[in-house]
Parts: sequence; structure tokens; C-alpha cells
Amino acid sequence: MEYIDYYKVLGLDKNATQDDIKKAYRKLARKHHPDLNPNDKEAHKKFQQINEANEVLSDPEKRKKYDQYGKDWQQAEQFEQARQSRQRSQHFGGEGFSGHFDEGDFSDFFTSMFGDAGGFRQHQTKFRGEDYQAELQLNLTDVYKTHQQVLKVNDKNIRITIPAGVEDRQKIKIKGFGAPGINGGPHGDLYITFHIINNTEFKRQGNDLHKTVDLELYTAVLGGEMTIDTLDGKIKLIVKPETQNETRVRLKGKGFPVYKKDGEFGDLILTFKIKIPVNLTEKQKELFEQLSKLSS
Amino acid sequence: MVMLDDFCAGHHVEISFIHSLEENGLIETVAINQALYITSNDLPKLEQITRLHQDLNINPEGIDAINHLLKHIEEMKQEIAHLRNRISFYEDDER
Repeated sequence: MEYIDYYKVLGLDKNATQDDIKKAYRKLARKHHPDLNPNDKEAHKKFQQINEANEVLSDPEKRKKYDQYGKDWQQAEQFEQARQSRQRSQHFGGEGFSGHFDEGDFSDFFTSMFGDAGGFRQHQTKFRGEDYQAELQLNLTDVYKTHQQVLKVNDKNIRITIPAGVEDRQKIKIKGFGAPGINGGPHGDLYITFHIINNTEFKRQGNDLHKTVDLELYTAVLGGEMTIDTLDGKIKLIVKPETQNETRVRLKGKGFPVYKKDGEFGDLILTFKIKIPVNLTEKQKELFEQLSKLSS
Repeated sequence: MVMLDDFCAGHHVEISFIHSLEENGLIETVAINQALYITSNDLPKLEQITRLHQDLNINPEGIDAINHLLKHIEEMKQEIAHLRNRISFYEDDER
């Protein structure tokens, strides 16, 4: 258990007045308040430290005790134990502490010096529990269809539905699955950030999918039919005669599902890359030469 | 729904504070049989406002401004995520 310099926490020296303490507390609290820094664990921790320092230094009795024992706080602990033991023998069956206080909010140092409840003021602010952050890695093909998955968060199994169309780095909130509240406050939420790995030959841009398709020269010139793989199976495509290199074809509704819009899909955009034949036979070369002469 | 009297007693705030929040359009209350209530959906928001008021001494106008800024930050975070996705589309092309 470490000694905590409450003056240092508030950026003050030992001669600070009550007004200085109040001002320093207000200034730091405004900076690190959990409601102003959502999902920031560091700010949350810092705010608890500031609060604890303020609870001690703004209370003249606690401040006196803290100043008196300082780094030798362990003596204060022994002193308190001896004093409490004397009181117990004098007032057997006396009243216990009746306030509602979550001692987990304060450091061991504080609890040791000021007791379990620290003789706290009865007013305790209720805080929502901390939000949990989790990450989930999925393949692009996994999020093509809505599916359910069981996640283990803090030893608890949570069954979640992952809607089709989730984007890379998208964050979803699962209400009430975060840390328990402080002083009877509500539970925090669970945030899941998705990392989508593209395990396909398609490129995804929003709800549209892009793909470059090799096109035989003869099909490009004369037109024809070809089979295209989509995420939903194979489709037949008619290629128009005299199709140019880099021509783009948009296949409506053959792209990626739109997030939380059942039955809606983006488009599949194909870019044709014409393949020039290689290793031509003598006969092929002759025919190309004839073609060349005809065109010039 | 939670009765406002219970909320005020539990959180040590005056009912006038709740009225000033309502006047500033920060919350909405529901009147049933002459008693005022706050809906469960609005409760987390009212608790957050109460904490900001009690811990940081911020008045309703200040809380309104903070809410706008927090919303703005959240929207910007979403926009950054969206733009990152778009950039990665072109970065893939270069590889």
C-alpha cells in the first residue's frame, strides 16, 4: 500500500487554504470528470484520485489527521485500531456505520487511514459503471449475413446478434453489460469494435463491392457471356460487343448488405481488364495482320 | 417511470433545478395524476446532468453547451472511422 500525496494530486502545497483546495479541485474535476470524458479509463481513475484528495483536504478534521501522520500513516492505522478497540469495549452493541458507501472507490491508503467508510459525508454521487471496450475480429464473409455469436466478457458469456453489413472499425453498444454502477448507479455499457478482415477478392466501399475482371480479347471485341462470382453465388453476365478496357459495369443489388436494412444491398461494380492473347500461333498472327491491314 | 419527488430526494436536488432543466429544453417530464415523472429513457440523461451540476457546479445553460459539444465529438469520431475506411480502400489499391 502506497502513501498518497493528496496535495500533489491537487497540485497544491501544504499551506493551501480551503479556498485554494476548492479552486484546485473544481479545476481538475472539470478536466477529468467521467461524464466529460466518456470511455476514458485514465480520466475516470484520475477523477477518483482528485475526489479522494478533496474528501480529505476539504475536511478540516481529516486534513489535520493526514497532515499529522503524513508518511507515517501506518502509525495512524495502529492508533485508530487501538482507539476503536477501546470504544468497542466501552459501547458494546453500539451503532455501526449506516451510510451506503462503496469502499472500492477509494484507495487502500485512504481506507486504512480513515476507516472502511472514512466517516464519509452521507451524500454520495451515483455513478454509472464504467463502460467496457471489446474488440471482435471477423471475416468479411462473416458479416455478409446476420448471425449470432457468443462473446466472453469478464468471464460472462454474452450472446450477441451481429447484423449483416457491419463496417470495419464500427462500434456497437450493448446496454447494461459494462461494470456495475458506483453507489447504486446503473451498469455501464459494453462497446464492441469490429475489425473486419477482407478474405475475399472484392474490395468494399461502403455497401458497394468492387472487382476487376479479366476479359478475353475476343469476348471484348465480339461480345458474349461470362460467369461472375459474387458473394451470393455465381451469376451470368452479358458482355456487349466492342467493350473497351477499364469499362465499368454496375450490377444493382449484388453488393454488400446495408447495415440494419433487411433485404437492401449495395451494388457490385466490375471493371474489365482486357487480356491480350499471348503465344500466338502462326495462323493467329496471320489473321491479326489481316485485321490490321483492314483497319488501316 | 420515476417520480420526480423520489429522484430529488435520492439525489439531494431541489425540484426547482429540475424545472430549470425543463425550461432549458434539457429534459421532459410527464404529469400523471398531478405528480411529475421522468421516463426511464430520460433517467440516465437526468442523472448525468445532476452529476455535472453537483460535482462541477455547472448551470443548465453550461450543461446544454456541454451536451452539444459531446454530441459533436461523437459525430466527428464516427466521421473519422468512416473516412479511415474510405482511405483504406485507396491504400489497398497502391499495394
